[in-house]
Amino acid sequence: MLDRLTEFFFPKQVSTFASDIDNLYFFIFYSSVALFLIVVFGMVYLSIKYRHRKGEELKLTSSKDHSNLLESMFFIIPLILVSITFVWGIRSYLKMVIVPDDAIEIKVTGQSWFWTFDYPDGGTTLNELVVPSNKPVKLVLSSKDVLHSFFIPVMRSKMDCLPNRYNVMWFDATKEGVYDIFCTEYCGTGHSQMGAKVIVMQPAQYEEWASELGSEDDDLPLDELGAKLYTKKACNTCHTLDGSALVGPSYLQTSQMWGQERVFDDGTSTVIDDNYIRSSILEPMTQIVAGYQGVMPTYQGLLSDRELDALIAFLKTLNEDSQI
Amino acid sequence: MSENTKQNYLNHPKGIMSWLLTLDHKRIGLMYLFSGILFFFLGGLLALVMRFELAAPGNDIISNEVYNNAYTLHGAIMIFLFIIPAIPGALGNILLPLMVGAKDVAFPRLNLASFYIYSFGALFAMYTIINGGVDTGWTFYTPYSTQSTSNVVPMTLGIFIIGFSSILTGLNFIATVHKMRIPGLTWYKLPLFVWALYGTSLVQITATPVLAITMVLLMLERFLGIGIFDPALGGDPVLYQHFFWFYSHPAVYIMILPAFGIISEIIPVHSRKKIWGYKFIAYSTLSIAFIGFLVWGHHMFTSGQSVFSQIVFSFITYFVGIPTGVKIFSWILTMYKGQVSFTPPMFYALAFLFLFTIGGLTGIFLGAVALDIHLHDTYFVVAHFHYVMQGGTIVAFLGGLHHWWPKSFGVMYNQTIANIAALGVFIGFNGTFFPQFLLGLRGMPRRYATYDEQFVELHSYSTFWSGILGISIFIAVMNLFWSFIKKNKVDPGSNPWGGMTLEWTHTSSPPHPHNFEEEPVLQHGPYDYDKVIVEKTYNK
Repeated sequence: MLDRLTEFFFPKQVSTFASDIDNLYFFIFYSSVALFLIVVFGMVYLSIKYRHRKGEELKLTSSKDHSNLLESMFFIIPLILVSITFVWGIRSYLKMVIVPDDAIEIKVTGQSWFWTFDYPDGGTTLNELVVPSNKPVKLVLSSKDVLHSFFIPVMRSKMDCLPNRYNVMWFDATKEGVYDIFCTEYCGTGHSQMGAKVIVMQPAQYEEWASELGSEDDDLPLDELGAKLYTKKACNTCHTLDGSALVGPSYLQTSQMWGQERVFDDGTSTVIDDNYIRSSILEPMTQIVAGYQGVMPTYQGLLSDRELDALIAFLKTLNEDSQI
Repeated sequence: MSENTKQNYLNHPKGIMSWLLTLDHKRIGLMYLFSGILFFFLGGLLALVMRFELAAPGNDIISNEVYNNAYTLHGAIMIFLFIIPAIPGALGNILLPLMVGAKDVAFPRLNLASFYIYSFGALFAMYTIINGGVDTGWTFYTPYSTQSTSNVVPMTLGIFIIGFSSILTGLNFIATVHKMRIPGLTWYKLPLFVWALYGTSLVQITATPVLAITMVLLMLERFLGIGIFDPALGGDPVLYQHFFWFYSHPAVYIMILPAFGIISEIIPVHSRKKIWGYKFIAYSTLSIAFIGFLVWGHHMFTSGQSVFSQIVFSFITYFVGIPTGVKIFSWILTMYKGQVSFTPPMFYALAFLFLFTIGGLTGIFLGAVALDIHLHDTYFVVAHFHYVMQGGTIVAFLGGLHHWWPKSFGVMYNQTIANIAALGVFIGFNGTFFPQFLLGLRGMPRRYATYDEQFVELHSYSTFWSGILGISIFIAVMNLFWSFIKKNKVDPGSNPWGGMTLEWTHTSSPPHPHNFEEEPVLQHGPYDYDKVIVEKTYNK
């Protein structure tokens, strides 16, 4: 029964402390429902019982305006309930802030509007946080620009990312799977698209994945690698493949305009070619396409030369039928 | 005396200048009321645009940029242009001097100045809209607000200016309560609405300067590049959050205390019963106003503040909850052994009890640090504060308008339509915001222009009912204003609900330009339904 209810109210419980927090929720929930029913029942009962009936004469009403017994009950019962809530809230909170010593440390960086993850043994991923199951993971969070907040609903945890200091959160994932990550601190145009995934793997699988991180893509043909990078490096947050405009121009439109002039917001223009694409990835703020806002971050240092080539190759292959 | 020869503040003196330069608190209150309702509709329209965009995922109607502008303006207009200035400004202005038996507020010229300062500030806010909006959220969190190219400066300047209006009105009300009461009207004989306005005013004059300073610092940072909040300039964004919430949490009490006052008037009058726990309600108003200054940190549970601060802020937060809870029980017990009439004001008061209780109880969930971390900045918070601000304050405000409408304007609205609209507001409100609690629990973040497929069902449900809510509020307000046009006049001496406070017993409806034709003499306390029978006198 409680499991069904938990599933109704909450996303899955994946961290070690998730069930504790859900139980705290249900304690407050049932106490609140009880108090709420007393309020509603009292209100309905008294207003109907003492309603002014048709034709009844106005009369002097009771002078009763206090009852020490009732009032102390109204004071003491909620006081007991909130005391339990407070202590429970703090005890669970301490579990959420005291990081076990053997935790793996992953660096999380928020930037408008994607997440970068740096792993302890080298290697970086974008918008995909890969962690082993049943092992504590410590996240050290910060931001490169404005405030962001890193929220993993299934872990029941969240922490702000600040540009000038590090915040810490941790979890120990109990179930393998792929789960949502959301940005919960408003950060501008792309805020609602600043999502990511956390992938929880068996520890052995994670070890294997971590050792291959960064080298796995060497054998792929350029355009296939580009297609992969398109989602992996979060290009898809702002650029579509179907011609519709999002935060930035669609890749399809750019591909279809290959070799033609592109007009910028300062009135200048350039022919779309390989060099244009390369410079607009590495120095996006120098030429802003007319009709769009200049909001793209630089990918300098985030993409290797081969990866840049791959994205350009991928973009050139696009046509109306492309699907990803 | 025939009503044509009867002078009242609405028909005497005449002419547009007599309104624009009026020192009469009732006329100033009326001007606040009109401008407040105008902004209420504007804010409500923006809310509907957002709700309809959110009916389905993806950008169907408006783009991300437009959505971000809409939600920022919705929040800023509702809070800074409607709830904070207009509720004390309208009902407070019209009623406070009448309730204490005074000719006017303590400083009538200052009162007019407050209104013009408010209008001047509102102009800046309107300029913001015409000039392309502002997209930072009503919280103006740095460093986004120092970097955003939208109209942050005009908007914050507008809020800075409106702050002065708030402070001056607060000052005026405090002086009025202290100095203008008629002889014999001691503190414990004051109507509880006066206590509520007094508590509100104390918060206004102590908290608003902090907001003003914060807005000035933000503008200095943008203009002169002085590093205060923006890390790129050597500042600290968390410092901004402390400054902002040091005002904005007490501001919650600026918004809710007048509502408590309205409910404390409506329930005893329409139940014809002495209010339960007068002294408790009066003192808890002041203690809530005070404790409200000590809990701002619960808005920052995920900002990375120290574990010790988290524990302390969580602890103090519950001290606001308990007196509020006892107040709710007191209002309910007031009906015990009374004669309860189901009038439109009473329906709003009962709706308030239902909705505000949900708003208050869900605050307990958010006060528990461990649970707040999951719920922070999700739709659970959105639902919670709408249950408090709209289900609480605005429902009480509508109730207050229906209660004092015949008194203030000498006309009676259609009560059947008013009851139906009240029911529509109640159902539409729950339909709109209750699903949002579930959305938040399931992880839907707030301030999202578009969202994940998994949330579609609850979002579209919420959107459907928001339409009903919008229509109901529109009907409720139009029904009130229609009574002006229809000229459904009540007798100048009428007391339709049988109220006991001075505005009902000693003035005509609408009141005389000088409030009382002679100085009123207090004959009984504000809720002495056990000692005196006050007849209900309706239309002629």
